[in-house]
Formats: sequence, C-alpha cells, structure tokens
Amino acid sequence: MGQITLQGVQKSFGPVHIIKGADLDIADGSFVVFVGPSGCGKTTLLRLIAGLEDVTGGSILIDGKNVVDTPPAKRGLSMVFQSYALYPHMSVRGNIGFGLKMAGLAKDEINRKVEAAAATLNLTPYLDRKPRELSGGQRQRVAIGRAIVREPKAFLFDEPLSNLDAALRVQMRIEVTRLQKQLGTTAIYVTHDQVEAMTMADKIVVLNGGKIEQYGSPLELYERPANLFVAGFIGSPKMNFVTGELAKQQGAATIGVRPEHLKIECEGASGWPGTIAVAEHLGSDTFLYVDAGALGMLTARYIGELSLHAGDRVSLLPDPARIHRFDEGGNALRG
Amino acid sequence: MARMATTRRVVVSTIGAWFFGFLIFFPILWMMLASFKTELEAFAIPPSFLFFHWTTENYATVQERSDYVHHAMNSIIIAGGSTLIALLIAIPAAWSMAFSPTKRTKDILLWMLSTKMMPPVGVLVPIYLIYKSFGLLDSRIGLVFILCLGNLPIVIWMLFTYFKEIPRDILEAARMDGATIGRELVYVLTPMAIPGLASTLLLNLILAWNEAFWTLNLSTSNAAPLTTFIASYSSPEGLFWAKLSAASTLAIAPILVLGWFSQKQLVRGLTFGAVK
Repeated sequence: MGQITLQGVQKSFGPVHIIKGADLDIADGSFVVFVGPSGCGKTTLLRLIAGLEDVTGGSILIDGKNVVDTPPAKRGLSMVFQSYALYPHMSVRGNIGFGLKMAGLAKDEINRKVEAAAATLNLTPYLDRKPRELSGGQRQRVAIGRAIVREPKAFLFDEPLSNLDAALRVQMRIEVTRLQKQLGTTAIYVTHDQVEAMTMADKIVVLNGGKIEQYGSPLELYERPANLFVAGFIGSPKMNFVTGELAKQQGAATIGVRPEHLKIECEGASGWPGTIAVAEHLGSDTFLYVDAGALGMLTARYIGELSLHAGDRVSLLPDPARIHRFDEGGNALRG
Repeated sequence: MARMATTRRVVVSTIGAWFFGFLIFFPILWMMLASFKTELEAFAIPPSFLFFHWTTENYATVQERSDYVHHAMNSIIIAGGSTLIALLIAIPAAWSMAFSPTKRTKDILLWMLSTKMMPPVGVLVPIYLIYKSFGLLDSRIGLVFILCLGNLPIVIWMLFTYFKEIPRDILEAARMDGATIGRELVYVLTPMAIPGLASTLLLNLILAWNEAFWTLNLSTSNAAPLTTFIASYSSPEGLFWAKLSAASTLAIAPILVLGWFSQKQLVRGLTFGAVK
C-alpha cells in the first residue's frame, strides 16, 4: 500500500513561506508528477514527504498514519536524487543493497534481492563496478535500483533525468514509467519539464509560488486548465492569450486558444488577420509566429508541412469549441 | 610551430621545476653531506661538495653522547599523541560545522584561525607558569597537550574544508536508506572522508614532529623530543656543524621517510578545494 495524503502542509524557512498550505490525495499505485517553474516549491514538497525537511504546519499521512514526526527511514519511502547520490566507495552491488543491509537482512537474501533488481534494470554485468566506472544512464539505473530493492510504499523522484542527454532522457522516461506500472508502486516525480509530466503522469500537480494551482490528469489539465497559469504552463508551444474587445465578446477578461486549435487560412478569410514573423518548419509540424496587430503575437501550429514563409499574410481562425475563457482573477470560466 | 612552442614551454617549465625543487631540497642535502664530513671539513671554505673524506664518526659520537632512541620515542609519542587527540576533537567539530552550519559558523572558524595569528612567545610566560604549578613541565602529557591545542585550528579547518566537499545528497540518501547517524558515520562518511583524514593526519604529524618552540621551552630531558636533541648540539661549547648535521639528519629521517611514502596524500591535503 502507498496512499499519501497531504493536509494543509506548510513550510517556511525563517520568514519565507515556501509551501503555503498544500492539500493532496495520492491514490495507491498512481504516478503523480509535481511540475512547476523553478522555485515553485516542488522539490521542497517532495522533501517534506520524504522527511528530509520538517513541516512547519499540517500533516502528511501515509496509509492513514500521520508521519510528520517519523524519521525518513521509517516512512517506508525511497528516493532517487537528481545527482544520483550514489555511495562512491561502494560497488553497484553495495549501493543497491545498502538499504537492505541497514534493515538487517541476511546476506543471502540481500544478494538475491540485489540480483533480482539488477536484472530488472539490466545492471547484472556491472554489479561489481564502482559508480565512477559507469555512464550517466547506468548510474541513474543504479539509483533507481537502490530505490526499488527496498520494496517501498512509494518512490520519490527528484528531477532524476535532468542530468541526462536528450535521447537518453526519453529512453529512461519510458523505462521509469514501465517499471512503475510493472511494480504498481505509488510514485511521486518532480520535474520542471512539462513534456515529462504529460507523458509519465497519471495525475499532475501544477505548483506555482508554493501553491497547488491544479491537480488532475494530464488531459484534464490540457483541456480544462483551472486558471491562466496552468493554461500557460501546460502545452507546448504555449497557449495564446487575447484580452480586450475580443475577450469581452466572449464574456471573459481573457480568452486563450492553443496553437494547435488555430486554423490557418489565406488572407481575407474570416478570423484574425496577421503577418507571419517567423515560420518554423519541423517536417512533422509547422509553427507560425504571427504578428496579429492589436492582438499581439500569436502562435499557430499546423500538423505537417505548410509552405508559408515570413512576411506572408494569413488569417487565424480559432476553433470555437476550444476557446478557454478566464475571468479577471485569471480563473477559468466554465459553461 | 605551435607544437614546437608547446614543447619548448614544457622543457623550460620542467627545468624550472627541477631547479626550484633542488633549491628547496639543497639545505637538507647539504646537512646530510655535512653529517658525513669531519668537523674541519664541515667548516672548510671553499666547501667541498662530494670529494671529501667520508666518515660516519659523527653518527657514532652522537649515539654515544645522547640517547637517540629516547628522544625519538618522545617525538613519536608527542607528535602521534597530539595528532590523535586533535583528530578526536576536530572530527566532530568539523563535522557539525560542515553539515549543520549556523549563522556563526564562519565567525567561529575565523576566530579559531585567529589564535594562530598570535605569536606563541606572547603566551610563553603564562603557559610556563601554569605548567609549573600543574607539574607539567618536562612531561610528555604537557607537550602532547600544548601541541594538540596549537594545531587544532588547522586540523579543524582542513577537515571542515574536506567534509564540505562531501555532497549532502549522499548523506540524505543514506538517511533514506535507513542508516542511523552512527551507521551513516561508519558506512558512508568515514570511508568517503578517509583520504582527507589521512592527509590531515600526516600534515599534523609533520607539524607536531618539527614543532620546536614549545618543545624546547617546556622540556629538558625526560620528555625532550628530537628537536631538543638537535638543539643540544648547538651548545655553549661552540658549534659542531658535522655533529649537529648528523643529529638533525637522524631527527628528520623518520618524518622524511613517512613524507616520501605519503607524498600523494600530502599534496591532496595541501590543495584542498583546488582539485576535485
């Protein structure tokens, strides 16, 4: 079991409030991603759950038991650090087995479990190497091995892939997701990369300035962002925001349209006219950055190749069903 | 062209390094040579570098006149003892400052170092009097104590810098893995800190071995280490350079051998923070 509940969790460092009251319910076996810009408090929230920081207020329940006064090791969680934090003087075997050794398991059992974990992660040939003799990806796998071998109630990942190159990151992303599904263990994963968040999570927690902005499944966040911050943060390229008369016509202070929901038409058609400032041709997609006069710069995305170039005049037609409306406080208007 | 310039630079810097290395080593070499000369040749001008009458009589005289083993034992006990006690105090001190620093940690470190800025002679009289009333004059315990205190700031500084290099994440990982503070120390921190501990130990041993101010002033015969043994050859009877050289060579021999075999550790200790 690994159900984690946060109730009014607060954290301050001196006069600085890092976490301003977080309430969250993480179901057993789910993969939850904390995402947000740097300094939003996502790593702090993870460390509070781990027990590496003490809460200033509120409670953290693991399987219904309040653990705020329980030391990290007794919470039954394991953590994968951004820097891997491997023990440099121990072999891969020693690193993976360290937690079991601390738990006082018999040597045979430790060996059996370490070898099983190593096999899952394709680390068997490296068991007797030291961390410095491994590549970045292998070190990352050792750190994950160290986490899974203890069969914890939940895994905590603190930006574990940010030190890897782009190709390896995609590969490890898939491996981590598959491993979590296979083990069925609850996982909390911190990242600032929204693509990682969207692809890996069952549910995403969007944090900003120490507050939870929204908690929901990736598609929920994409389709029904709770406010301007979430709308702008989730989705790439960013959602276009339009204020003024056009928004008022829709009964909102701001309206938002995602680049992929803007239909690109020839000049003169109905829609928002503008001049292409930059056109990016990726083959699979075409991104147009359009100067739409009073509406500002708008981004439009076309799936496939579109032979338009900077200086061409176009008209952008928003999909009426996909227009997001926000009130003056930035909160989404429904209905 | 570029390659030639590089080669020339390598040659010049190698020659330069050897030259300065030899310059620094020369006094020791000269002392060793003088210890094999007769008293007359040791004085001779112009001095003879290698072509003199080699003799070991100085060593024999030194052995006869004073008890080398007694002084060497004292040196080992005083240098070793003061180093071990200093480490025992410094490890937890440096530890807590490196891993749970407070607002005042920097000030404390500077304050500790500032005690080394005071010339020892400034406190000689009070310390002498205190030692006298506690019966610590000419005792090994007394010398262990004063050398330990004298080197403590440096030992703490060295260990502090070294511990600071140990990433916090690793300690947190150990805590997540269920290690108690004691086990964290035994299984994770100490093994990672061993190179730093070793270089600190060596450097402190050398400093304590060569320390002359306090050992000369606070000991006469019982607790007298090798520094006193050397000094006894620059006696009122006049300077006996060859014998003085023989005594000095004998005195530095153990530490020279130790230093030679631990060069790597020492360099690491002296370049803390500069190289990762």
